[in-house]
Amino acid sequence: MSVGTNGFELRKEIFADERDDNLNEIGKRTRRQDIEGHVTGRSPFYDDHLFDGLLHMRCVRSPHHHARVRRIDTAAAERMPGVVRIVTGRDVPVNLNTLLSLLDFGLDDEPILSEAKVAYKGEPVAAVIAETEAQARAAVQAVRVEWEVLPHVLDVEEALKPGAPSVNPAYPKNAFVYHGKYDHQKLRYGDLDRALAQADHVVEGRYQMSPIEQAPMETCGAIAAQEQNGRYVCYTGTQALFFSLGTASKVLNLPSSRLHFIGGTVGGGFGGKVDSVHEPLAILGTMLTGRPVKFQWDREEEMQVGAPRGAERWYITDGVMADGRIVARRFTGYFDCGAYTRLSSYAIIKGVGHLPGPYTIPNVYADVYCVYTNRTPATAMRGFGITGVDFAIEAHMDKVAETVGMNPVELRILNAYRDGDMKAHRRVAKNCALVECCQVAAEKAGVRLSPDLLAASSKTGGGGARGQLPAHTATDQNGRVEGYSSGSYAQKGGASAPASPAMPTPMPQPAPPPAPAPAASPPVASAPPPQPAPAAQPAKKPARSGAMRFSSLSGFRRR
Amino acid sequence: MTVHKGRGFAAINYPIGMNLGGDPSQALVHSNPDGKFTVALSAIDLGQGMKSVTRQIAAETLGVPIADVYVDTADSDTGPHDMGSFASRGTHRMGNAVIQASLEARAVMLEAAAEELEVDAGDLVTDGQGNIHVRGAPSRSITTMAAAQAAQFKQGRTIAGRGIFLIPLSDVDPDTGEMSPVTTFAHAALVVEVTVDDETGEVEVVDIQSAYEVGRALNPGLVEQQLRGGAWMGMSHAAWETTEPYYPARDHGPVDFNHYAMPGPGDLPTHHISVLERPAEDGPYGGKGPGEMCANPMLPAVVNAVYDAVGVRIDELPVTPEKVLRGIRANGGAKPRQAL
Amino acid sequence: MAKIPVTLTHNGTERAAFADPGQNLLEFLRRGLGDLSPKYGCGQGTCGACTVTIDGETHLSCLVLAETAAGRDVRTAAGLAKGATLDPLQDAFMEHFAAQCGYCTPGMLVSARALLDRNPNPSREEVVEAISGNLCRCTGYEPIIQAILSVAGRRASA
Repeated sequence: MSVGTNGFELRKEIFADERDDNLNEIGKRTRRQDIEGHVTGRSPFYDDHLFDGLLHMRCVRSPHHHARVRRIDTAAAERMPGVVRIVTGRDVPVNLNTLLSLLDFGLDDEPILSEAKVAYKGEPVAAVIAETEAQARAAVQAVRVEWEVLPHVLDVEEALKPGAPSVNPAYPKNAFVYHGKYDHQKLRYGDLDRALAQADHVVEGRYQMSPIEQAPMETCGAIAAQEQNGRYVCYTGTQALFFSLGTASKVLNLPSSRLHFIGGTVGGGFGGKVDSVHEPLAILGTMLTGRPVKFQWDREEEMQVGAPRGAERWYITDGVMADGRIVARRFTGYFDCGAYTRLSSYAIIKGVGHLPGPYTIPNVYADVYCVYTNRTPATAMRGFGITGVDFAIEAHMDKVAETVGMNPVELRILNAYRDGDMKAHRRVAKNCALVECCQVAAEKAGVRLSPDLLAASSKTGGGGARGQLPAHTATDQNGRVEGYSSGSYAQKGGASAPASPAMPTPMPQPAPPPAPAPAASPPVASAPPPQPAPAAQPAKKPARSGAMRFSSLSGFRRR
Repeated sequence: MTVHKGRGFAAINYPIGMNLGGDPSQALVHSNPDGKFTVALSAIDLGQGMKSVTRQIAAETLGVPIADVYVDTADSDTGPHDMGSFASRGTHRMGNAVIQASLEARAVMLEAAAEELEVDAGDLVTDGQGNIHVRGAPSRSITTMAAAQAAQFKQGRTIAGRGIFLIPLSDVDPDTGEMSPVTTFAHAALVVEVTVDDETGEVEVVDIQSAYEVGRALNPGLVEQQLRGGAWMGMSHAAWETTEPYYPARDHGPVDFNHYAMPGPGDLPTHHISVLERPAEDGPYGGKGPGEMCANPMLPAVVNAVYDAVGVRIDELPVTPEKVLRGIRANGGAKPRQAL
Repeated sequence: MAKIPVTLTHNGTERAAFADPGQNLLEFLRRGLGDLSPKYGCGQGTCGACTVTIDGETHLSCLVLAETAAGRDVRTAAGLAKGATLDPLQDAFMEHFAAQCGYCTPGMLVSARALLDRNPNPSREEVVEAISGNLCRCTGYEPIIQAILSVAGRRASA
């Protein structure tokens, strides 16, 4: 009996026929390569490097949710002891960015140091560089900023109403524009309204997830210094070395060959160190002062200025039959993106691709919005794009179970996806294991399941009629926006039979263990290559760096 | 003045890797003249064990002892491009790149050994102990060290390899949302037991019975670390943490750990973890990434358990004593269901 | 303002360096003495990553004025090993996978060592109490508790 005990076991007998466990190093509980460094305190984090003449950078930040910047007066601060240089937006070579521009997804919408206006409390407008951290803090207090406070909006549904304060000039109606066409991302699969009308029960729910701080024990930061030969070295706590290098290269207008980024052990990330801008500011500091510069957030900044997991609000409506089969599921989702896009636009796509959860539901409808509000911009966190909607889905499943009078575990197994089922994003399910996870959890907790559900398997009962695309999918033009154009990426057609995805070549299993026979659909031909740009070209494209990718997903505002 | 027990269930799957693909990882593997291998990556280890799992993957693929492999990260001068450590992509994408690079290096190593032993490279196997020998004839052997030295100083071969793994970028249909999110998914289900004090509203998470499917547990110690730590973080999301306790108002946002609440070592439930392995067709040795999905099922399982305990549905996270008490009051008292 | 000379015993060796006015012991140890093992996690005394011992008692070095440590016996995680021999707690942490990112680990080990020095055979509750001031975001604490309990009862003093 495992309830009330800690334990860890490998249930090798499940799916054993799909595995060859005859391996040498794989599967061993080998001691971590880095753990001796951790227990001796020798593992080098970005701040564990000593520099002669190190300077410290701290930012002047907006106390208002939303305000125009009328004037920044640094005169008094410049005279204070230890102050070496004060940096403003004027000093930043390219002072407008968004991380995903490196993948050609979205407009540059966020200044490194804001000049015209601020859209969240804590937004930086200047950076003070001083000999000590204490001197930098004192000088920050002495910078005088004249603000013109503007109305602000903090609720996602309020932000989408006409007349709401406009948070982000790139998206004046407070919604990210997808494909140049819609103010949300759609998922349309089958005919939801018809299925809902035929259901025995309709179950509705509203779910709200709070913003969450990644709270790694090491706060975000970077130290930059001049190397020999006109290069800059940057020690950083980033989770994505080349994303950060690419951002620095773009923002500072430096070729990447002049940047030497050294990451290493990072004291926890959890998604909060993917989209970092500490590096460009630290490097800019060293460029301007000729000395090493450290830019580190203190814990207060990490908590309220650092980008959190964004809040999400989900409305779910299920149509369920008396026997527990869910035949229709509708979602309306609002991601609270905060003041700037960052990674949120991508999160919505990831979330939409995840719907309706690991269940085979023949009619699915979703409208998911990326909404701008006057709060700290959101970013990735463990489970990005998924955690919030999974909370909503699984809380909702219990409501459905109660409505039909069914054991909640049995409801999951009944509706669980199986190999060969068609998923709402129109790809065939394979390699499923939800049924087995439900069975094992129930068994351990002493939850009784009916013999049918105990005998269920992810490998049987799927496909066939369940693997068919719906005969008809209702589509619409709701939420159409004008004045945006997409890039030159090909637009896919409507609900016609899709090509299966271009499958990557399965990785060759090296000798000696043989590769298990793949169970699922074989690889098929790649989707046809993108067509050349169609007639509707925007009059003036904003400058874009990086590869031409993702551009069909983002809307570029026509000037 | 009663403490009520309740149980809640949740089941999830989780996409492995950056959504829509297009997130490459590269690896370089090379041997020094003594047959000691370095795996050069720019991938970041932020505690999840990136260096450790790629080390095991390289050692397995090369066929050498793990003590002869060292993973070096993360230097942009020496490590080839990697998209980064996020989206549970590390093991899957980087692991595959390391396999490809290791296969190339291994092939050269076997060619070098074959030349020294005067046999066909196809007849050679590695014993994982530092030796290369003819299949079925272990006495006809050479150490990997000797093979490497011969390659370097006699034959003029580089025992080195390059690898890249990339899932082609998918597009997204604007009108239907059709897309290829990722190629493989991890799974989880768990039953959580809580107690709810109907006088204080306090919720304690007492026990977790979980099942996680991870493709293959490449290192059970690393997998257990993630699952145990992730379940703790999920519990924290459910009933402790928030940066905006009065969302959407920004008032009283915590600025230190006194106010940003997280469960401490005295708040821990017992947690019994079962790991299932259904290998991903395109995963390194079938491995998927456990790093994110471990937290997700805890959030709904806790709210479902609170409902089971006292009949209060909390649809806005985090669960707080205030919300529990308001719910009990609105219901005219605790209404335990204890149905699971 | 003039810098302040501070002499103290650091992991058993007499050391001296200059502290800036108002500098905390954490920064003095890291920048002044080059001991990078105690970490900055909050600077507010709430996370424990900076934990050191002063004359055998645990203290949050981010809240200690460097000059007040003058003449005292200060020990950090870097001083746990005896030459090349690791402290049993360090071995136990490695064995039990009690560290992931490693950032809380130095402070955690100092707290654990201080516990075992004053109470060689603690109960689980006593271990929990001793580490309650050391936050960890990665492990969920259980492996750390197990690592410490595995060493308990084996060693009487430093």
